[in-house]
Amino acid sequence: MSQIFHHSTNTFARITIFGAIFVIAFLTWAFDELNRSAYETRATVPREQPVPFSHAHHAGGMGIDCRYCHTGVETSSFANIPPTKTCMNCHSQIWSTSPTLEPVRASFRTGDSILWTRVNDLPDFVYFNHSIHVNKGVGCEICHGRVDKMPLTWQEASLQMDWCLECHRHPERVLRPREFVTTMGYTPAGDQEEIGRRLMNEYHIRSTRELTSCSTCHR
Amino acid sequence: MPSERKKLDLAAVRALLNGKTNGRDYWRNLEDLASTPEFEELMEREFPRQAIGWSEDEDSVEGRRNFLKMMGASLALAGLTACTRQPTEHIAPYVRQPEELVPGRPLFYATATTLNGVATGVLAESHEGRPTKIEGNPEHPGSLGAADAFMQASVLTMYDPDRSKTLSYNGEIRGWGDFFSTLGEILAVQRTKSGAGIRILTETITSPTMANQIAAIQKLYPAAKFHQWEPAGTHSARAGATQAFGQPVNTYYDLSKANVIVALDSDFLASGHGSLRYARQFSARRRVQGGQTSMNRLYAVEPLPSSTGARADHRLPLRANDIEEFAWALATNLKVANGPTKGENWDIYKWIPGIGKDLQQNAGASLVIAGDYQPPIVHALAHAMNEKLGNVGKTVFYTDPLEVNAQDQLASLQDLVKDLDAGAVDLLLILGGNPAFNAPVELGMGDRLQKAHMRAHLSLYDDETSEICQWRLPETHYLETWGDARAFDGTVTLQQPLIQPLYEGRSALQLLQMLTVDPEASPYAIVKGYWGSQHKGADFENWWRKSVHDGLIADSALPTKTPALHGGAISSPSEKPKMAGKLEVIFRPDPSIYDGRFANNGWLQELPKPVTKITWDNAAIMSPATAHQLGVLKETLNAGDEGVPMVELNYRGRTIKAPVWAQPGQVDGCVVLHLGYGRTRAGRTGTGMGFNPYGFRTANALWHDVGLIAKQTSGSYEIATTQNDHVLDTRRQIIQSGTLAEYLKDPESIRAGAEGPPRGLTMYPEWKYEGYAWGMAIDLNACTGCSACIAACQAENNIAVVGKDQVRRGRAMHWLRVDSYYHGGVNNPEIHNQPVPCMQCENAPCELVCPVQATNHSAEGLNDMVYNRCVGTRYCSNNCPYKVRRFNFYLFSDYETPSLKLLHNPDVTVRSRGVMEKCTYCVQRINHAKIEAEKEGRTVREGEIQTACQATCPTEAIVFGDTNDPNSRVSKMKAEKLNYGLLADLNTRPRTTYLASLRNPNPELEA
Amino acid sequence: MPDETQIAEPRPNEIIAPGYTFGTVTDQIASVVLTGKTPGFWLAAFTIGFALLMLFLLSVAVLLAKGVGVWGIRTPVMWGFAITNFVWWIGIGHAGTLISAILLLLNQRWRNSINRFAEAMTLFAVACAGMFPLLHLGRPWLFYWLFPYPNTMNVQPQFRSPLVWDVFAVSTYATVSLLFWYVGLMPDLATLRDRTQSRFARFAYGILAMGWRGSARHWSVYETASLLLAGLATPLVLSVHTVVSFDFTIAIVPGWHSTFFPPYFVAGAIYSGFAMVLALAIPLRSVYGLQGLITDKHLDNCGKVMLATGLIVAYAYILETFTAWYSGNVFEEAAIWHRMTGPYAVAYWALLTCNIVAPQFLWIRKVRNTPVLLFIASIVVLIGMWLERFVIIVSSLAQDFLPSSWGIFQATRWDWATYVGTIGLFLFLFFAFIRLLPMISIFEVRTLLPQAKVEEEVRS
Repeated sequence: MSQIFHHSTNTFARITIFGAIFVIAFLTWAFDELNRSAYETRATVPREQPVPFSHAHHAGGMGIDCRYCHTGVETSSFANIPPTKTCMNCHSQIWSTSPTLEPVRASFRTGDSILWTRVNDLPDFVYFNHSIHVNKGVGCEICHGRVDKMPLTWQEASLQMDWCLECHRHPERVLRPREFVTTMGYTPAGDQEEIGRRLMNEYHIRSTRELTSCSTCHR
Repeated sequence: MPSERKKLDLAAVRALLNGKTNGRDYWRNLEDLASTPEFEELMEREFPRQAIGWSEDEDSVEGRRNFLKMMGASLALAGLTACTRQPTEHIAPYVRQPEELVPGRPLFYATATTLNGVATGVLAESHEGRPTKIEGNPEHPGSLGAADAFMQASVLTMYDPDRSKTLSYNGEIRGWGDFFSTLGEILAVQRTKSGAGIRILTETITSPTMANQIAAIQKLYPAAKFHQWEPAGTHSARAGATQAFGQPVNTYYDLSKANVIVALDSDFLASGHGSLRYARQFSARRRVQGGQTSMNRLYAVEPLPSSTGARADHRLPLRANDIEEFAWALATNLKVANGPTKGENWDIYKWIPGIGKDLQQNAGASLVIAGDYQPPIVHALAHAMNEKLGNVGKTVFYTDPLEVNAQDQLASLQDLVKDLDAGAVDLLLILGGNPAFNAPVELGMGDRLQKAHMRAHLSLYDDETSEICQWRLPETHYLETWGDARAFDGTVTLQQPLIQPLYEGRSALQLLQMLTVDPEASPYAIVKGYWGSQHKGADFENWWRKSVHDGLIADSALPTKTPALHGGAISSPSEKPKMAGKLEVIFRPDPSIYDGRFANNGWLQELPKPVTKITWDNAAIMSPATAHQLGVLKETLNAGDEGVPMVELNYRGRTIKAPVWAQPGQVDGCVVLHLGYGRTRAGRTGTGMGFNPYGFRTANALWHDVGLIAKQTSGSYEIATTQNDHVLDTRRQIIQSGTLAEYLKDPESIRAGAEGPPRGLTMYPEWKYEGYAWGMAIDLNACTGCSACIAACQAENNIAVVGKDQVRRGRAMHWLRVDSYYHGGVNNPEIHNQPVPCMQCENAPCELVCPVQATNHSAEGLNDMVYNRCVGTRYCSNNCPYKVRRFNFYLFSDYETPSLKLLHNPDVTVRSRGVMEKCTYCVQRINHAKIEAEKEGRTVREGEIQTACQATCPTEAIVFGDTNDPNSRVSKMKAEKLNYGLLADLNTRPRTTYLASLRNPNPELEA
Repeated sequence: MPDETQIAEPRPNEIIAPGYTFGTVTDQIASVVLTGKTPGFWLAAFTIGFALLMLFLLSVAVLLAKGVGVWGIRTPVMWGFAITNFVWWIGIGHAGTLISAILLLLNQRWRNSINRFAEAMTLFAVACAGMFPLLHLGRPWLFYWLFPYPNTMNVQPQFRSPLVWDVFAVSTYATVSLLFWYVGLMPDLATLRDRTQSRFARFAYGILAMGWRGSARHWSVYETASLLLAGLATPLVLSVHTVVSFDFTIAIVPGWHSTFFPPYFVAGAIYSGFAMVLALAIPLRSVYGLQGLITDKHLDNCGKVMLATGLIVAYAYILETFTAWYSGNVFEEAAIWHRMTGPYAVAYWALLTCNIVAPQFLWIRKVRNTPVLLFIASIVVLIGMWLERFVIIVSSLAQDFLPSSWGIFQATRWDWATYVGTIGLFLFLFFAFIRLLPMISIFEVRTLLPQAKVEEEVRS
């Protein structure tokens, strides 16, 4: 009786069987990549803001200290977004008529807040506390990157759990003396690991086991 | 099927009801006691047969009370999972940031909450201007840092979406301006006839500022009348004082000096003015720890088991009527009255000599407390006895009454009724309260009030009274406005707002102000103005700031006085009403919703009532024997599965149908009805729950009366309880207890049998906890089972309310529960309360069975629960021997109601559907304290961290701390010989341990 | 087609009835699939299965929309029907693997005429079982967290948890069973390919047959493959239900925490499995007139296996009670006592009757040789085994350590709907199978024919 399939079908069959393995492998890889992609994490993507506020200009160019605006950073879990008042401290004098700053003035007039778009956003079940990190010598730079070079602010790191764990497992790799916490482009005077270990003793950094306990970040 | 089992044989029950149980054996349920064959059959059975049966799921009972949310998987995904893209969020910073406020850090303000007009100082926690949690005010004499369930739940009331939000006239929405102008017109008329047509009905008022206003108003309108009505007020205490001293006085106690206490139907540990303070003082005298080897002794006579009765060393169940006889007998024994020395109720006279002797031996250090719900004569007798025993000025103190013009509220109410009938009332201002619902039934206030021409009702809710008033005025919550009030000892407590009124509400203070010359003054101006006028001396501003900061005005307690007992105070005992085959009816405010004012508060509705563990309902509570006589005794005490029988109650020609609750420890022949249920206009939560005993309550029998007829009727009723079995098999070593004597003889004997296996007995190396090792010790000897801790936990940890139906299905979400167990005869068992939070086992059974590592051990020995990692296999709960884990079977948390979002504690994740949750020793508080300490480069100080339950506990029964620090209180407690671990035999090594409870019985009465 | 006269008792040393030839065997089995007209009873059965399947889908929809709260589960009984059904279905699966793998290795040639649909049964039972661990999750859409995979959280499953072992055990089991079944099918698929008239069917079977031509080389490869798979599957028969039993033994719940669960569960599994085989085989062979191929001898053997495993299970029940008493542990004692007298007493005594009393009749040859009785017995055992799992899981949880937390489980309509629904799924799949694929292994049955033997003798 006649052949139903062409001879080549055999080869085809073989290929599909072995191919399957690679396809599965590829899909797993792709899934993982997607989860880490900028699309998923929004990292390195500048965000639109009601006022095109430039850290590059304020922090970088004029060298205003982070803490001038982010007042809560040393005392509170929340670094704080400056109240309109803080902007107006200067902008009631300089650029006091610039149209780009109209939203700021409007807010000051009407008493309605400026609605900033959140850039670094952790899930609601993660309880990050700025003050403790800053007080233990974790520089702003470590997580937020070279803010002084950001015309429009973007999220530097992936903010994913494995990224957090890196430091919580090896604090020595990132710690710096407290006085340099807000320094941008800090370079360690010597071997970072060594300095880091020294600071760990100095600042009584808790054991990795404590730093990686679930309740350290999740409640 | 045992359905057609023979009826129980009463004789058999009686015989065994009289507590002939051997040693420490805890009985299982009624059947154990009467060991007739048909009981034996039921011996080991707590539940009915065919359990695989058919249970209607909630679709069939879905109602507004059900709190069930339907929700698709997609939404749930957004809820608690990390691997979805974060939705874009916005930040709205302040425009001008208040300088004391640091976003992310809570602030605490002192303020005051009142019940029956009497204030307790509290601290309110505020997150960016949202009050989220109430704590006691340690500075305040009435709180000493503790708070009760009502206070804890008051934040929910404030955010309650059912609160009356708008001002309305005959149902049409109006503004305050409209009301003000209408009021103006009426007042203009009234001024001509010196206010003869003005009637103002309030709840009990103790506020000095308000007193001042009233005085001012009475100057303007001399003929205007002020009335007060407090359904659960201290009417008979007032009358009793008048009878004893010829003048109303305020009585308060100092239990720290009392060695022997006799409570005459008084629940002084859990209800009434100053109970928080009394509980603290009382338990301090029972703490047999750190060398203290003495205990005070408490005799309690009461009809139904109360928190106080549960702690008593001797508890005598008596009908409310017989307590008067008891008081007479005791007074006679103490030679302050000549009453009977014998009677048919032998129980009484068996007790009297022993107690009398005990009291006299402790003259000056003893105390007789008459309950608020006992008739005036009992109070008079108590006053006489205390005077005779020389307790006045030592354990008993008298001051002028707290309330503004302390009038007999009943008389005042009847006076108002007379005027209403006469049509003499042109303007009736009802400031707070709900008289249409809770006034004595024969006054028919619902209709009578309508005889006033113009009626305005100021209240938090649009309730039964608002319904019959033309003007419905939204009231402000105490956290929204300024005010002041006196505490149990007269201390002036300042009420400070934490938030602008959520709705267009105004306070009673403001409303009264409208009748004065300066109608538009702000509450702040009113209160500050008044105290400005009172304050002697310079720098009022500093003094005021300090007072507001402390929440009270220093040394403003009323001066104590010693009124003389006047001659005819104590006549001779009146003729006791005959039972004549009828039952005694007893009215009491409900333990969780009080007189009905908290009916719409989900936290309180779902709060298991002490001892009975009933939620969402009231019942006709009677003794098992009485229930049996009526043929309505359920075959088991377990109400959880199928309904309880119904009775038809008939009293003075009125009838009510009510579900039966057979309560061990209640005296035979009486039925207790808790007031406050059966609301018809409470809001979505409270309307239609339970039945309304106010329908029985008349002016001449406010608290109890003989003449109730109960008979079985058709139908059954489903009562939702959080505990079905109150039965303890001593072999399970759950509750360890003994007497002081036993303890002093051999300290180890009390906890004998509850030891865990030796620590070395394992193949694994011992784990060493470096740094902190958090632990908790709970003193069963102090716990009164008042359940404030449950409410506090609920507030602190964003715990959801699930509704009656879900509670009935065993899905209540409380992280902390208070188990109650009975020990002894059904008619008078010892009642043991045991708070059970998560034990934070060092060898936690839950941890190793979770497939996704959602629950893990922290370096400090906490049993962490990671909600966002949980997939809901529920294996951990199965494997938890303490069953402290709670599961979100549905989306119980409220994600929609805007006002309830404000209520959430921002430091605790709001759990979504399908997630397991549990107590973690308030880990958010631990972390906060640790971070603060770290920043200051020190370790956490002893007492710096207080768990929510610990902070609110009136008796300091719950102690939390670092067990690695040998000097911490918790370590010291754990070192006590009374310390034992629950089910320690399983080698779970619980971090939460218990101190066994001790009783200090009088040897003479034991015999 | 063999007529009634041919369908007589096979001769003692034979397995199938006399009178069959290579041709007739092939004809009879293949015709079931290749016939154009669908028999009425098949339609009926299939419709029932389909209807119940729809019910299943409905209840799953409700479950996903509302949450596991629609079931009767509660504190303290957090596992109810779902896990009961899971264990029950998995157990049923075991018979198939045992028949195809172990009996193959033991050279029990009588298995040849029942292994095919027994394997299919395994496959579908595992499919049904597999549903429940997923559905019973509070958040089923996160099931993949139970697998180890590279993730951004840097968190892996808790390998100490029996539930993770389950994941591996069950998935392995499903895979191996599938392969085994499929490999076994290939020669027959080829036969169908060659015999069918319709182009489509030829094409479809052709794809599935993967170019099987029955060459000597094909056969030798096939032999090795099936032996290897049999070798792989054999330990699974024991391991899978052992692992399932760990879900309970690892826990400290009184009534769960005992070391003899593994053998006890495995025995129970095979017990219920064979019951299911009989429950399917008996009606099938009568409606399709296959008495000649699935002979009374087969039923007799299955009956014997049931009896044997039934006795083991009975022993387990006794042992369970004994150890509880002998342990002197108050909680263990109470657990058993509650089982006997508590809210689930009815279920408990019912399961004892079903699993211990009923099978005793199998001692009697007459019973084993009366298909009707055998059928009834197998149904009874199936019910009994379900009850056993239910009682073990639920009654132990309902009353454990602290009386204050005791509470009883009451099934809701959705509990029942989900359970009955999976039975629907099973029937649906199974009847689709017998309509589309040869329910009896054609070529393996051929080897049972006397003719086949003769040739062998000649060769030797």
